[in-house]
Amino acid sequence: MQQFVNVTLSGLIQGSVFAAFALALVLIWRSTRIVNFAQGSMAAATAFIALALIHSGQSYWLALVVALAAGFVLGAVVERVIVRPVEGGPELNAVIVTLGLFVAIQALIAIVAGSEFQSFPAPFGLKGFTFGSTTVALTPNSVFILVAVLITMLLLVGLFRFTRVGLAMRASAFGQEVARLLGVRVGRMLTLGWALAAVVGSLSGLLIAGGGLVYPAYMDSLIVFGFVAAILGGLDSPVGAIVGGLLLGLALSYVSGYIPRGSGLVNLAALIILMVVLLVRPGGLFSSTTARRA
Amino acid sequence: MSEPHTPAAARAGEELIEEAPFTATAAANVSSAQATGGRSFLPKSTLLRHLLVLVISAVGAVILLEITDPFTNSQLASLTYYAIAAGGLTVLTGMNGQISLGHGALMAVGAYTTALMLGVDGEPLPLPVIFLVSIALTTVVGALVGVAAARLHGPYLAGATLALAVGLPGLALYFRDTLGGEQGLRVRAPQPPESFRNFIAWVSGNPASSTKWLAYVGTICLLITFFLLANLVRSRIGRTWRAVRDQEVAAELAGINLGAWRVLAFVVSAACAGLAGAVLALVVRLAAPSAFTLVLSLSLLTAIVIGGLGSLLGALLGSALLVFLPPFVTNLGGDFGLSQTGAAQLAPFVYGVVLIVVMIFAPAGFVGTIRLRLMTARAKRAAAVRSSDGG
Repeated sequence: MQQFVNVTLSGLIQGSVFAAFALALVLIWRSTRIVNFAQGSMAAATAFIALALIHSGQSYWLALVVALAAGFVLGAVVERVIVRPVEGGPELNAVIVTLGLFVAIQALIAIVAGSEFQSFPAPFGLKGFTFGSTTVALTPNSVFILVAVLITMLLLVGLFRFTRVGLAMRASAFGQEVARLLGVRVGRMLTLGWALAAVVGSLSGLLIAGGGLVYPAYMDSLIVFGFVAAILGGLDSPVGAIVGGLLLGLALSYVSGYIPRGSGLVNLAALIILMVVLLVRPGGLFSSTTARRA
Repeated sequence: MSEPHTPAAARAGEELIEEAPFTATAAANVSSAQATGGRSFLPKSTLLRHLLVLVISAVGAVILLEITDPFTNSQLASLTYYAIAAGGLTVLTGMNGQISLGHGALMAVGAYTTALMLGVDGEPLPLPVIFLVSIALTTVVGALVGVAAARLHGPYLAGATLALAVGLPGLALYFRDTLGGEQGLRVRAPQPPESFRNFIAWVSGNPASSTKWLAYVGTICLLITFFLLANLVRSRIGRTWRAVRDQEVAAELAGINLGAWRVLAFVVSAACAGLAGAVLALVVRLAAPSAFTLVLSLSLLTAIVIGGLGSLLGALLGSALLVFLPPFVTNLGGDFGLSQTGAAQLAPFVYGVVLIVVMIFAPAGFVGTIRLRLMTARAKRAAAVRSSDGG
């Protein structure tokens, strides 16, 4: 029973980070119909900026803010300079461009910061709470992760629901031509969408790094998990991405918790889940579009 | 709808369409010497022409392997497995419009099969049998992936095969006892046979080392693979693949079963990846998870994109870049005062930047861009001749 509770808890915490990352992918997909495979590298780059600040003696919180701001700028620049020329073109070209960006940023991190494993500090304790005599897998840091993800989601919902900018962003995602006719600066909205997504992605990168090790490729498996979570939710629906992230986190946690030597199988389990979902419901579990051209 | 070189092809197509519609369609489709048009001294029959190219390439390869030093020989051996895999991938991505980031994982299947079969107690089976078994096993895995992939497109397919590339090496860690875990399996490279020593003594008198033997094995595999692929893409099968890539609806109306042909493309491509993995295991003498990372899959993609999607010659040129660029760039990085590990990362950095630049400015790649230039020039010449005839 205790093991079940612990495995479930760590699954939910992992899942919330997957959910945030999947949400970043979905934000970009909705506005530009591109899956940003460079999301992980971009997040890793901001995590290394934060690490450099922490090593130079700054506080974790300042580093967090600077890293998120760097993510915002990076997302905007990437959209404006690199992605804009291939937007609306053949989908394969956009995929290849984001993959190129993925490789280039990762290599750049390795050149600048080295490819060794470095430990990344956590803002709160990593010792589990104790209830009576049992210790559960819920640490102050994981509470921080849950709260941070929750706040981010609420802020995004608020932005899209209650502000003019959010309305304009939704309009340009819904129909570019119509939005442009109605006076929305669609280009700016797309840039803003990428920038916001990069902030969310970099937040999830910082959260998963906390208390662990970082190296240039540490986000690689998170790209896969985030992508699988986003597909579970249909790639089009923010709520779907969050539910998909939590489900995937639970499933992977059960695989590594209950199968002997299962930690080597986690990536494979993600692959199998993805295949099954794509074969049974190609549009995802929460797909809002019913028709999709094969 | 995801033909990769649309913008350039379409642009050139618009320019050409009035002058020479036939050549314009050919520009998007041809994959061999046919593109040179009417005044060709090559044989008319595709098979004969490809046989001729095969013989010339074989002679050229022997000369190249004999005039270069042992280190270059081992580099050329690496070139062969990259080129075999890239050839398979360019058939899948360029001919049929399906992207795969999972070819590194498929190569791992071939490599581990070869390592296991060479590692048996006693006398291992002959090399061709081992190659065929590796190909067969990878083909089965490829068919399974292909069935799933046939229903996907663009980013969905990229993500699914990305999960394959990241997930499959985990099997080597899970079955640690058979597959050697993180350390991987050492491969006992077979010794060159007596006939090979005699052949080398007859050709050049160079020492017939094990490295040279493996370079020859790789080259033979490469030539056979490219010969078969070149014939395949110029056949009914290749035309059907291009139809599936370019016009799904029209292809389906013409009675083509889209899914089945996509699976077939994946199977052919996986067979190449399996052979490439087998050659890799021999040349590197190791099958370990660290050799089949995502970076390998992305390097293959870089090779075919730079060379020109859908062109076998482009795949070969791109693979040459994968082999000869890293030492060059690493030296350059060292000269500019980068540390050794930093300089080693310069090559992937260049790959990434080149991928972006090529996709934005010349999506047809090296071979495709040159081919389109040639065709535009020829169409203009033809138009000039016609207008001077008329006037």
